[in-house]
Amino acid sequence: MTDATTSSAASSSARAAILSRLRAAGGGGPLPPLDVTVLERRQWPARERMERLRKGMEAVHTEFLEATPGNWTAVARAFCDREGLKNLLYGPGSEAGARLAADWAADRGAGQGAGGTQLMPYDRPVEAFKDELFNGVDAGFTGTVGGVAETGGLLLMPDAAEPRLMSLVPPIHLALLRASTIQDSFWSAVKALGWGRRLPPNALMISGPSKTADIEQTLAYGVHGPKRLIVILVDDLELA
Amino acid sequence: MHAELEVHFRDSAAKALLDPQLRANFRRAMDGLMAKRKAQFPDPADLQDLRDLSTAIRSRSLLNLPDLLEQFEANCTKNGIRVHWAETCEEANELILGILQSKGAKTLVKGKSMVSEEMHLNAFLEQHGIEALESDLGEYIIQLDGETPSHIIMPAIHKNKDQIARQFSQKIKDAKYTEDVDELTAMARKVLRQKFLDADAGLSGVNFAVAETGTLCLVENEGNGRMSTHVPPLHIAVMGLEKVVARLEDVAPLYAILTRSATGQAVSTYFNLITGPRGTGEKDGPQDVHLVILDNGRSRIYADPQLRATLRCIRCGACMNHCPVYTRVGGHAYEAVYPGPIGKILTPQMEGVGVRHDLIHGSSLCGACGEVCPVEIPIPEILVRLRREATHTDAGSQVAGKGTGRTRTEDWAWRLWAGLLKRPRLYRLAAWFATRFGKALPAGAPLIQNWTRTRTKPVPARRSLQERMRSEAQSGGTRHD
Ligand code: SF4
Repeated sequence: MTDATTSSAASSSARAAILSRLRAAGGGGPLPPLDVTVLERRQWPARERMERLRKGMEAVHTEFLEATPGNWTAVARAFCDREGLKNLLYGPGSEAGARLAADWAADRGAGQGAGGTQLMPYDRPVEAFKDELFNGVDAGFTGTVGGVAETGGLLLMPDAAEPRLMSLVPPIHLALLRASTIQDSFWSAVKALGWGRRLPPNALMISGPSKTADIEQTLAYGVHGPKRLIVILVDDLELA
Repeated sequence: MHAELEVHFRDSAAKALLDPQLRANFRRAMDGLMAKRKAQFPDPADLQDLRDLSTAIRSRSLLNLPDLLEQFEANCTKNGIRVHWAETCEEANELILGILQSKGAKTLVKGKSMVSEEMHLNAFLEQHGIEALESDLGEYIIQLDGETPSHIIMPAIHKNKDQIARQFSQKIKDAKYTEDVDELTAMARKVLRQKFLDADAGLSGVNFAVAETGTLCLVENEGNGRMSTHVPPLHIAVMGLEKVVARLEDVAPLYAILTRSATGQAVSTYFNLITGPRGTGEKDGPQDVHLVILDNGRSRIYADPQLRATLRCIRCGACMNHCPVYTRVGGHAYEAVYPGPIGKILTPQMEGVGVRHDLIHGSSLCGACGEVCPVEIPIPEILVRLRREATHTDAGSQVAGKGTGRTRTEDWAWRLWAGLLKRPRLYRLAAWFATRFGKALPAGAPLIQNWTRTRTKPVPARRSLQERMRSEAQSGGTRHD
């Protein structure tokens, strides 16, 4: 442990020296004003927000499934069946996850969708099933806390109920988005969600499946993260 | 004073110009990037408003830098992120080694980080028996060949598909030869996913550091950044001390202009906000998050009111994409971690204006870089300022290596010139000789050949202006006052 102790002593003397040099240089001068009208201009009515988001995300290969507040769990199941997914990772403790599981179980009880895609709960620390997560999961299902109309994008706040890797490791990411939660821009979303005041250990925006253009500027999808991003877009605008 | 200066850029640029493959690769890539950026900014007034706002945000961050850094550190600490400070790259490397060793980590997967390139971290860790693997596809490609990035955003831009196909088939186990980009990408995916799964630690850079929340923002398309920061049990982030911004809402316009300027994307695939290690009840994410804040000359740059603008940079790479020099010679010719216009002002300020005077002069001052820079860094003006700094020792200047770019020949020439100007008679005599015999000087004469190598030799007028004026006055000709 000698290394760690010496480095921490070195670090605090570096800190003192750096900060005192910066202070000696002096701030000086009034702060230039921030004119945010360029950001405020980016506003659309609710329905247009939904269309803009969809257009923006489809341009980067995101796929959309249209749903209603009443049928989205069935829409999700139909997709999984159609794709022949072996399993779907979900968070049993999250609102969307619990609803998905309850509806699927009820359908099964009613004799629909027997067999097919198995729901797989993410209910233990990742260390307990890291290999399986990387090699044995077909898709992950998560909710979202909102969307961004200007550029297209989903806002996620992973937590204990819906862990971080669900939207990253499985080759397909299935995300639930309610149209009423779509904000104008990332800027307005940060303000609306109060992210500047408090943030969980991880929050993120996702606009499409993982991609790269590192080989000759040619786009290739699914480089490290999901190869496909499927948004279940719930149209709840009339209700909101 | 330097008797002789090392010249890297002129020689390596000359060599690069003779490589048609390299030139074609860059030309194609830069043309594509410029067109894509342009398409993202259809309205010039809107772009200017966004640039003004971004510039103001970065300027405010710098004006408040020490306070913001302290606020940022306090919030990170509260969030459970361990913050370390390093004055030099050596210190930063030692810090990271110490953290890795204290956890018994043997393998490190890396997301893209230019600061870690600045530190030459990979080589350092390798010396200490720790495998550091680049996971950004471009970085992975160049690491396979032991190369350095040729662009700050697209590190493997100097290579074309055939070159990468050949390289993969030789260097990746069981790989077959293919020029299909999807297949090549899939090969890298397979190798790297296993590495993410097995790695003891992950390392990333930081695009923006938010003071009010203690948050590290990462911008990426591939997902390797998220893999490196969320899968291994330990995450180490490195950042230059200038990266801090006051509020999260200030990051929104910077992010908007960053991706559009860099790759012509309205938005990146992922915008990842990291505000702490695995929280209570969380089932994944690293148990430990460490952050190393690096100075490496930045506080000295900060001390100069004009040069401070250098630190506004958000590393979008637009200045290199639009640079006529960079486009022709590529990134490696600069022999510096940061190539292109930003590198031309940053490297000499970090390493000394004398030793890297080649970079300061390797510019036509066309102004394209300053025109596209999203945070309006006056790169051409700074280049001119550094040219002066390289040969002068102005009092009050803190520029690294000021005055050390002055050569003996240059010094001697200036002295001669000053001596002549102080002695009118001698000056007239010299002028008389120059006008009568200047033409006879061979173009290949020492000193003169530096000019004539790429230009025609100027022919002096037959008579000096003074002589002409005098004779016209005597002959009662046109007055010139
Ligand atoms: S100097 Fe400006 S254009 Fe160049 S990388 Fe930095 S922010 Fe981008």
